Amino acid sequence: MADKHTNLIVSAAPHVNAPQDTASIMRDVCIALIPAVSVAVYVFGLQALILTLVCCAACVFMEWATRRIMGRPDTTSDWSAMVTGLILALNLPVSMPYWMAVVGCFVAIVVAKQFFGGLGQNFANPAIVGRIALFIGFATQMSTWAVTPRMSSAIVNVAGADAISGPTPLGLLAKGSAVPTNLEMFLGNINGSMGEISAAALIIGGVYLVIRKVISPVIPLSFIGSVAVMSLVFGLDPIFQVCAGGVMLGAIFMATDYVTSPITNAGKVIFGIGCGVLTMLIRMYGSYPEGVSFAILFMNILVPHIDSLTKHVAFGKEKGGKK
Amino acid sequence: MEKKSKLSIFTNGLIKENPILVLVLGTCPTLALSTAAMNGIYMGLALTFVLTCSNIFISALKRIIPDSVRIPCFITVIATFVTIVQLVIKAYMPELDGILGVYIPLIVVNCIILGRAEMFASKNTIVDSAIDGLGMGIGYMIALTFMGCVRELIGAGTVFGMAVTVNFLTPFSIATLPPGGFFVFGCIIALMNKLTKGKVREKQENKCMGCPGSSFCSKSQEGGCDQ
Repeated sequence: MADKHTNLIVSAAPHVNAPQDTASIMRDVCIALIPAVSVAVYVFGLQALILTLVCCAACVFMEWATRRIMGRPDTTSDWSAMVTGLILALNLPVSMPYWMAVVGCFVAIVVAKQFFGGLGQNFANPAIVGRIALFIGFATQMSTWAVTPRMSSAIVNVAGADAISGPTPLGLLAKGSAVPTNLEMFLGNINGSMGEISAAALIIGGVYLVIRKVISPVIPLSFIGSVAVMSLVFGLDPIFQVCAGGVMLGAIFMATDYVTSPITNAGKVIFGIGCGVLTMLIRMYGSYPEGVSFAILFMNILVPHIDSLTKHVAFGKEKGGKK
Repeated sequence: MEKKSKLSIFTNGLIKENPILVLVLGTCPTLALSTAAMNGIYMGLALTFVLTCSNIFISALKRIIPDSVRIPCFITVIATFVTIVQLVIKAYMPELDGILGVYIPLIVVNCIILGRAEMFASKNTIVDSAIDGLGMGIGYMIALTFMGCVRELIGAGTVFGMAVTVNFLTPFSIATLPPGGFFVFGCIIALMNKLTKGKVREKQENKCMGCPGSSFCSKSQEGGCDQ
């Protein structure tokens, strides 16, 4: 992360020199998302790839244009706008009109990120803000879920043979209909947002990120774990609840954003459990069938408070003491 | 306070000390009512009427009102005019009453009116106070209507109820919802700061820019207080 800080004067060698910088981290996130994009293209067809490319291009262009207009140094080379575009695309249904997706990119990059000062200053994950703005602003388009022959028979049968859209597994569950099997849920033979369908592909990406030390497994494990525990409390199938909706995508790729997650491990556990509990509460009692993005946004806003509660006590100082 | 020309008192409220965009007063009705451009006109008219009349009366009564109970006295005067407006709207424009609803009675506690009574009308002549009320009221109306136009255009695809983009673009309805109100409000204030940069700089040298009382504090004329 020392690439742009040429105005810092550093003294007293030796220094640890790590090859990791913002761009390499963001590149790793992009690589980790390849399995999820591949599954989306396999299940939904080529349009999934086109929508993903449109989102990435729009985000990178808006990052470049906004920083140019505001007279700030160009940051497109740190790949963060690319990651935002990719994650936002994976949060959209495949049938989303392109211009609406571009509006979402505008909200994510310009409003949620650059208006607050760019990478590192954003109060919440830009992709989440973009997704929620689209979800509230274009409610119909954001909850039209395409059905293709590669999906579970539970979905295709309910939708009808010629239907182009049908209910998601969580929608089926809410109506009390038969749901896809857990194996179908895990592999991704279901509908939903492009990137959230396959738990398997997302876990592969997550394991890659953990091995490359890009993310710490604390947030994903506490997030997914608390969703599983909460579903047992409510008497639901934990495997179904964990694989359904955006839990995997949110826990592995969105809740782990450095800028908007707590620093200490204790803080990360609180953050992950908060996300998981809120997700399940929204699923059970909220008016929306899915609550991952709202849960993460809410916890994002609490991060400064979590950080100040879980500050490390410096060696030799008393707990709670200020000096 | 030094003598100002009548015109500068009037234009003061339009841009330099616009009650919504520069003083950031009366934000609650602003965010709630700016969902459509027409609401801005109606609410602006109601507020301008109350503000001008209450400014005149408070200015006329400024020597009679005891300093220690001035706030209750101001509110009594303001409430009188608000009641007039509310009853007139209820009697002649029942549909409008449905739109503006609770925000008409709430004008009683609107910071803009109480603020102008306290900071301007109780220190200036009747004519100056009337002009100040008119300028502030019209400034409020312009800001609210502009914000209403932006939110209506994005959120419903119309402006003043006339179709603009609604026929070929799906409206991005978040703009007419509360979160969109905050986004649009923030963006317009930022734009306003950008456009009035010269004036902001001028005040900054006065060290009073960051102080909400800079416009009426007597020390801002002397080059700033100690704080």
